[in-house]
Amino acid sequence: MKLIVEMFPIALMLASPLIITALGGLFSERSGVVNVALDGCMQIGGFTSATVLVLLSAAGVKNAIWWAILAAIVASTVFVSIHAFAAIHMRADQTISGTALNVLAGGLTIYLCEILFNAKSTASFNNGDVFSRVSVPLLKDIPVIGKLFFTGNYPFTYMAYVLVVIVWFVIYKTAFGLRLRSCGEFPQASASMGVSVVKTRWIGVLLSGAFAGLGGAALVLSTQTYFNVGSIHGLGFVAIATLIFGKWNPWGILGAGILFGFSQTLSFYVSSIPMLASIPSELVNMFPYVLTIIVIVLFSGKQVGPKASGEIYDPSKR
Amino acid sequence: MKQYSSRTISLLAVVLGLLLASLLLVVTGKNPLDMFSALLCSLTGFDLTAPHKGFNLMYPLNWLLNCLPVILTGLSVGFAYRTGMFNIGGEGQFIVGSLAASAVALFIPLPPIIHPIVCVLAGALAGACWAFLPGLLKATRNINEVVICIMMNYIALYFNSWVVRTFLPVDQKTLARTIQFPASASFTPLNFGTSSKFHFGFLVVIVCLLLFWFIIEKTSFGFSLRATGFNKEGARYAGMSTNLNTILSMMIAGAFTGIAGAIVALGVYSYGRIFTGFDNYGFDGISVALIGACKTTGILFGGMLIGLLKAAGTTLQLLGISKEIAQLIQASILIFIAIQYGIVVVLNKIDSRKGKKKEANA
Repeated sequence: MKLIVEMFPIALMLASPLIITALGGLFSERSGVVNVALDGCMQIGGFTSATVLVLLSAAGVKNAIWWAILAAIVASTVFVSIHAFAAIHMRADQTISGTALNVLAGGLTIYLCEILFNAKSTASFNNGDVFSRVSVPLLKDIPVIGKLFFTGNYPFTYMAYVLVVIVWFVIYKTAFGLRLRSCGEFPQASASMGVSVVKTRWIGVLLSGAFAGLGGAALVLSTQTYFNVGSIHGLGFVAIATLIFGKWNPWGILGAGILFGFSQTLSFYVSSIPMLASIPSELVNMFPYVLTIIVIVLFSGKQVGPKASGEIYDPSKR
Repeated sequence: MKQYSSRTISLLAVVLGLLLASLLLVVTGKNPLDMFSALLCSLTGFDLTAPHKGFNLMYPLNWLLNCLPVILTGLSVGFAYRTGMFNIGGEGQFIVGSLAASAVALFIPLPPIIHPIVCVLAGALAGACWAFLPGLLKATRNINEVVICIMMNYIALYFNSWVVRTFLPVDQKTLARTIQFPASASFTPLNFGTSSKFHFGFLVVIVCLLLFWFIIEKTSFGFSLRATGFNKEGARYAGMSTNLNTILSMMIAGAFTGIAGAIVALGVYSYGRIFTGFDNYGFDGISVALIGACKTTGILFGGMLIGLLKAAGTTLQLLGISKEIAQLIQASILIFIAIQYGIVVVLNKIDSRKGKKKEANA
């Protein structure tokens, strides 16, 4: 039990990027565009945040980390607009254009690293302005929950909580959310009610890029000391799995994200759990990915995803 | 609206991709002509930056060497795509193919010629097994194969290093690979006295190209695969077992990539590797297949193009250009292929303008 309490902050630290990115994916898929480029967006976000932090810290700018996060969001939003353009205006196969962006992100980040830092990675930002762990006043005094969820976490974790609530509100309680969801279910019907499918989908995809950029920044800034080619290691796809397992619902994503966070934490703690200590480290590293498959298989029985997600929008089709 | 052949669109996408990459080089202060001279050097063996050195056969041989695995992974992605599946699990299938070939090479003593063939078959089988799960889940539960494939890639990465460290004889000097394969297992080099590692594995690639063409275009099984990819419900209504087709197509696709893993292990390395990251051959296959519009000859040419980009990497680095530029060119080509609808629209506009000019002249 003590061990689980100990694991909580680390699990939440690893879960936050997944939750934030999956919330982005939620906007995109609910508007009807599948975004497999989330991984690429996270790479762009992680790279931009690390680079800006290194450069601004060296220049002695105050609050460099906040500028770094902002830059990550902006860069990733600009980046994902290629996908939005291809998917919405060019009738592109969304898997292909998403994959193209993933390849592009992998090449572009390292290419820019070589130009800026003369290496295959960014310089270390550890000496710069970095976040420290904080607790939330008042909330941390709630018995059990306060200790587990609101004590000694990185600010990204609290950002993830807040975003879950905001996204839930926007998706389910506002007119915009209703329109967004309708575009992902039956876009022709939305269009007949005067909703601009093109505009709504653009907003959905751009938001997914912004969130994934923040997610990438959260991952790199809280768990690593520099960005390199292996920084994201497929977590963008785990975020898509989080979205599926969370049944395209913000609260579901929160739960799914924490579960995947725990599965990654296990590799740090496996040596101190007597029952698991004899398992080879490779198998422990494999575990989050195996769990992802198991969870998807178990929980995707019913089709709960947006109906028109991934389909090319043809206004003349009824 | 007039339609254009996939060949026209692919050619345009390649040209536009190269232009975009040149633009990026100019923006970042490099000379794009260096890039083209590096590509030309790999293609022809003549180094324009050092013309006095003359013709060097090593460069074209290295180009062909780089083509072998990407043609195979291209066949893999193309095969799955014709059945309506997106095989992005090539990295994992490549790794287990390499693993299976290494195990057979090290443990089963066989005479030369037969030995590499058995290794390649083992690689194919391993790749097929690795692709079975995504195919099965897609067919029975309609689960997106992209996510499952990516997960299988990472599982293969760790699985391989566990198996190599636990069950295979590890090279005690480096601890990062197995011991050398016996000479009977490796492909005989075919390098005409140069330092290139080009080898007889190219025969395997030719066989695979023929197999791909024969299965897809000439058999009723291939026809039902294509029908499944074209219209799943229609194919099911016509009495084809679309679920079985989905699984089999994924497994055959996995087998092609597994063979790629095997011939790289047997021909280039001659030892079993502990992978620390992906080789990117599986992802290259996506570009190859899409450039080639998933047709046999298209994949052959697409593979030769991507192989060229990969082969030019070392020359590029000598000229001070990061070899990541090859990946950027690939990505640009992919984007242009994804937005081919737009390309067709633009081409139509150009055509109609030409038509009007002709009318005006007449």
